[in-house]
Amino acid sequence: MTGTTPSAAPAAGGAADALRRRPGLGRLRELGRGPLFTASVAVLAVLVLVALLAPLLAPYDPDAVDLSASLTGTSGGHLLGTDQSGRDILSRLIHGARTGLLGPLLVVGVSTLLGTLLGLVGAWRGGWADALLSRAMDMAFAIPGLLLAILLVAVVGSGMTAPVIAMAVAYTPYAGRLVRGIARQEKARPYIEAYRVQGWSGWTVCVRRLLPNIAPTIFAQSAMNFGYALMDLAALSFLGFGVQPPTADWGAMINEGQSAIQQGAMLPALAPSTCIVLAVVAFGIVGEGLADRISRRER
Amino acid sequence: MVTAPSKGLVVEGLRKRYGDHTAVEDVSFTLAPAASLAIVGESGSGKTTTVRMLVGLERPDGGTVRLDGRDRSARPRNRAERLARAREIQMVFQDPYLSLDPRVTVSGCLDEVLRLHTALDATARRARVAELLDQVGLGAREAAVLPRRLSGGQRQRVAIARALAVEPRVLVLDEAVAALDVSIQAQILDLLATIRREAGIGYLFVTHDLAVVRHIADAVLVLRAGRVVESGPAAHVLHAPEHPYTRLLLASVPRRGWDPGHGSPARAT
Amino acid sequence: MTRRTEPEPVLRIDELGVRLAADHAARPLLDGVSLHVRPGETVGLVGESGSGKSVACRSVLGLLPGGARVSGQVRVGGHDVLGMDRTQLIALRTRQVAMVFQDPRASVNPLRRIGDFLTEGLRAAGTPAPAATARAEELLTAVGIRDPRGALRRHPHEFSGGMLQRVVIAAALAAEPALLVADEPTTALDVTTQAEIIAILTRLRVERGTGLLFVTHDLELASAVCDRVYVMYAGRIVEARGTDELFDRPRHPYTAGLLACTPRIEAGAPAPRPIPGRPVSLAEAPPGCAFAARCAHALPRCREETPALAPYGDGLAACHRADEGITW
Repeated sequence: MTGTTPSAAPAAGGAADALRRRPGLGRLRELGRGPLFTASVAVLAVLVLVALLAPLLAPYDPDAVDLSASLTGTSGGHLLGTDQSGRDILSRLIHGARTGLLGPLLVVGVSTLLGTLLGLVGAWRGGWADALLSRAMDMAFAIPGLLLAILLVAVVGSGMTAPVIAMAVAYTPYAGRLVRGIARQEKARPYIEAYRVQGWSGWTVCVRRLLPNIAPTIFAQSAMNFGYALMDLAALSFLGFGVQPPTADWGAMINEGQSAIQQGAMLPALAPSTCIVLAVVAFGIVGEGLADRISRRER
Repeated sequence: MVTAPSKGLVVEGLRKRYGDHTAVEDVSFTLAPAASLAIVGESGSGKTTTVRMLVGLERPDGGTVRLDGRDRSARPRNRAERLARAREIQMVFQDPYLSLDPRVTVSGCLDEVLRLHTALDATARRARVAELLDQVGLGAREAAVLPRRLSGGQRQRVAIARALAVEPRVLVLDEAVAALDVSIQAQILDLLATIRREAGIGYLFVTHDLAVVRHIADAVLVLRAGRVVESGPAAHVLHAPEHPYTRLLLASVPRRGWDPGHGSPARAT
Repeated sequence: MTRRTEPEPVLRIDELGVRLAADHAARPLLDGVSLHVRPGETVGLVGESGSGKSVACRSVLGLLPGGARVSGQVRVGGHDVLGMDRTQLIALRTRQVAMVFQDPRASVNPLRRIGDFLTEGLRAAGTPAPAATARAEELLTAVGIRDPRGALRRHPHEFSGGMLQRVVIAAALAAEPALLVADEPTTALDVTTQAEIIAILTRLRVERGTGLLFVTHDLELASAVCDRVYVMYAGRIVEARGTDELFDRPRHPYTAGLLACTPRIEAGAPAPRPIPGRPVSLAEAPPGCAFAARCAHALPRCREETPALAPYGDGLAACHRADEGITW
C-alpha cells in the first residue's frame, strides 16, 4: 500500500460517527464518560480504601456503647454525631463499608461465575442444551430473591451467609441470560466462524477466543449488579435478616436509626442511607460508562 | 453435471432445511482443481448457506461434499480429521470489520494458524508470516498492529493471508469484495487473480455482482430460492443466458443506457 | 420530458466547507463544495468512503456533524438552509426536501403501521384523515405496491427491504417536495430490486418534475440514472459534467481511474484496473492535490499546489493537467 500511516485509517469513520450521534442520546452518553463517570470512579475508590483501612480510619471503636452520649448530633468530637446507644456514627459507617462491600462482592462473584458458565454453554452448544438451560433460568427468575433469603435464614440462621447464598442464586439467571445473549451474538461473528473453519476445537474457540472478547461486557454488567446486590443485602439487613447487631452495617444502621427520627435526629438513619445511595448510583454509572466505552470501542 | 470425477471439489444433491423453510435443495456442482466458480444469487437464494455447508459451519440435511474423493459431509471424527478438512477448504468472509479477532494483532493472527497446522518453530513461523503478508501486499508495519488500526481493504488482505496460511486446495470467497470501495475492490480482485495463478488454488466466489463474475470466474452457478436455475461456462451464462431468471438478473445490472424497467415487472407484496 | 429552458435550481450549494476540530480530523470534511440541482434533473454525487458525499447531501436537510465549523451556503428554493432555526428546518424537511436513506428500516418506526407512517405528515399539514388515507393509497400505488389498502394496515417487519424502501419513497413524495435527496438508496438491496426502485425513482422524477440528488459509490449506477455527475474525492469536488461526456472523456485522473476499476458487464469490457493506494482518511491532509499520491500522472507541482475546479470541456475539473487529455 502507499506510505500512509496505518493509524490513520480508523479516523475515516469520524465524520459518519459524528452524524450518527443523535442530540438527545449524545447528551446521555456524554454523562457516561464525562466528569460524572470520573466522580463515580473516585467514589468507589474511596469506598474500597475506606473498607480496607477501616480500623485505621475510624476515630472510635464502632461498637463502643456510651449511653451518656446518646444522639449528640454533629460536634467536634463526633463529626456525624452518635446514635441512640452513643456509638460514633462515622466510625460505624466506616466499618459498615466492609460488610457493605464484602457481601455484594461474594454475590456478584459467585453469580457471574455461575452465570457465565451456564450462559456460555447454552450459547455455544445451542439446541437442546440451550433450551434446557434457558428454561431452567426462566424458572430461576420466578424465585423471589428476598423470599428465598428469608427462607434460608430460617434454615441456616441469621447472619451474612444465608442472604449471600440466596442473592447469588437469585442473581445467577440475570448473569446467565446476559452472557448467553452476548455470547450468541459473538458466536455468529465471522471471526469466530473463521476460527472454526481453521480447525480449532470448540473448547478453544469458545473459552480462549470468544470469552475474552465478551469479558469486558460481563465485567461492566457485574459492576451494575454490584450496586443492586448492595441494595438488596442492605434491605435484608434492614429487615433484620442479614448482618446482626451490634456489627456495624448500613442496612442495620438505618433500621436502628428509625426510632431516632421520631426523636428529631435524622443523622443515624440518613447517613447510612446516603452511603447506600451514593454507592449504588456510583456502581450504576461506572457500569453504564464501561458498557458504553466497550460498545464505542467495538466499531 | 458430470458425476464424481476423483479430482477437485464435487458437491452432489446438497440439501438444507430450517424448520419448514427450504434453504438449499438439490444443489450439485463440480470445481476442478485451480478452477474458479461463481455462485450467483440474490438474498435468500441459498448461496451463502451452500458454502457454509462446504466449510463445515452448517451441517447438510442431505447430499455429499467430496474433495479429491474424500468425503467431508459428516462431522469430523477427531482432531486430525478436523485439521485435514481445514487444510482442504478455507473461507474469506464479507465484512472485513467483523472477520478478524479484535484482540489479536495481524502477525499473531497468522502465527496462531501456523502453530495449529504446521510443525514450524518460532523463527520459521515468523519468516512464513512475513512471506504471507508480503504475498497480500502488507508490510512489517501492518503486522504489528491490531485490526482496528487497519482500513477495510487492509483487513481483507489479512483475512486472505490467514486463509492462505493453511495452503488450502479451495478458497471460498463469500462476497469478499462487496464491502470495499470500488478502487480497493479492484486491488483485491487483482490480488486474488495473482494468487490463483501462482498457488493453483480453486476459488468458489459467492457474489451478487454479475459484473464482477465476468472478470473472475470460469464457470457460473445461478441459484434462486435454494435451487440451481442455470449453470455453465461464465461466457455462456453471461452472454447467452437460457433461464428467464438469469436474463432478469443480467438486465438488472446498471450500465450506461440502461433501462431499469426492462425485464423487471413490478413485483408486489 | 426534459425542458430545454433552464429554470432556477431547486438546490444550490455554494462553497460549502465543513471542518471538525483539529483533534478529530486533519482535513476538512468538505472544502469548497458547490453544486446545483434543477427541477426535474437527476444529479449524481459519486465518491468513495471518506469523500464527503454523505456529509454534503445531509447538509441539504441542515444535518451537519455536531461541533463542526461550517462556511458557505446551502440554498433550497432560494432560502439558506444553514441559517434556518428549528421551526424553519422542520418546515423545510416536511415540505420542500425529502430524503431516502440506504437502510429503509432506519427511517420507519417499527412499532407503527405503514398507514400511520405515511399519513402523519399529511395529517400534520392539516389534511383530514380520510383524504390522507386516500392519498397514501395513491402514493403506494405509484411506487408499485399492489393492494395498497392492505399495506397501510401492516407493520414494517412484514415488508421486505425492497418493499419497505418503496414505502419510504412513497412517504418522501407525500408532501410533493421540490427536491428528493437519495443517499445510496439501493445499496442494501438485491440487483433486481435495485432495478425496480431505480425505475420508480426515474419515472416519478419525470412525472412530477422533482429534482433528484442521487448519492452513490457506484459509477455504473450513476451513469445509468443521472443527467449530470459530480465526482468527489477527499472532501472536494474534483470533476463535474454531463454523464455522457464524463464517461466518454473524463478529465480528472481520479474519474478515469474510477471508470477503469469498476467491473463492467458488457462483453469485451476490459478487466478492472485498480487505482493504487487507498482513499485519503480524515487524519491525513496531504498538501496539493489529495489524489496526487495515487495518481500515475502526478507532477511535482501536483504535490504542492491544490488545483482549482475550473472549466474544461462542458464541465469542471480540478486537475493541473486536465487540458492534456489524460486517460488512465
